[in-house]
Amino acid sequence: MIASYTVAGSQEYCVIRSADADVRICLIPPLFDETNRMRRTLIEVMRLLAKDNVGSILPDLPGCNESLADLSNMGFAQWRLAMRAVCKQHRATHSAAFRGGILLDDTLSLPRWRLAPVKGANLLRTMLRTKIASAKEDSISHTMDALMDEGRTNGLELAGNTLSSAMLTDLDSAVPDDGPDIRSVTIGNGEQQIAGSALWLRAEPDYDSDMARSITADLLKWSE
Amino acid sequence: MTKTDSVDATARSVLRDVLGLSEAQVAEFGADTELFGALPELDSMAVAGLLTEIEDRLDIIIEDDEVDGELFENYGNLLKFLETKKQHDR
Repeated sequence: MIASYTVAGSQEYCVIRSADADVRICLIPPLFDETNRMRRTLIEVMRLLAKDNVGSILPDLPGCNESLADLSNMGFAQWRLAMRAVCKQHRATHSAAFRGGILLDDTLSLPRWRLAPVKGANLLRTMLRTKIASAKEDSISHTMDALMDEGRTNGLELAGNTLSSAMLTDLDSAVPDDGPDIRSVTIGNGEQQIAGSALWLRAEPDYDSDMARSITADLLKWSE
Repeated sequence: MTKTDSVDATARSVLRDVLGLSEAQVAEFGADTELFGALPELDSMAVAGLLTEIEDRLDIIIEDDEVDGELFENYGNLLKFLETKKQHDR
């Protein structure tokens, strides 16, 4: 079901399954491009959780997906506020964050689950490289340092995203925080690992039903 | 696992993850296997993600000016570059 939440006076969309269940997990999506490559798998996770009578919420980050907010006004402070708002308004009992989404779960007072944590600087490096590569095709030469210097003052358009200087600074410095009540899993076949592959890296968006089942199984066990 | 083996294994696993190839496909990569131009998924945007992921998994930094057309011409070039890089970073 498509629902909404309100943050800073604006309405943002979210997808909700089994809103009346006792356990309701707020899924914090990966950031920027990576979210598009994971979305279908996350929606499938929500459907599978609902079959086990576990509820879930998948919010849009303000400025992303269907949001009408201007991304260039956003920084991590606004996104963290949004995640607190959606968790409160839809009474989330747990959070499950994916990739860069884990950089936004640190002000939630909920048990936290994380898949494949990443530093903000790594996400930024990939976006800077994309910009450098596309400029090169137009025979314009950029360096990462020069782009960041410009961005820290004026903001920067990276891979189709208009990022404020605050967002660039936040991304550059954000690292996964440590805390009690965190279960952090990676991709693989061992303990604390999820069978699947790094869908968020894919050059072409893909979908993995086995991985959705594997994520769901881990979330069910963790949240019971 | 020797140092060289682990660089090789890491490079293959990143190519598998970024390009969505199977374990069997990347296992067949040899030094002459062409990459850029031969794999439709590997465009300049995919290269950006590939480089950052390799940096992260091998704990190295790849500078802008080290990335040229030759680097992704074939698997052998990529592996040689990464092995040298890893050696120097130690």
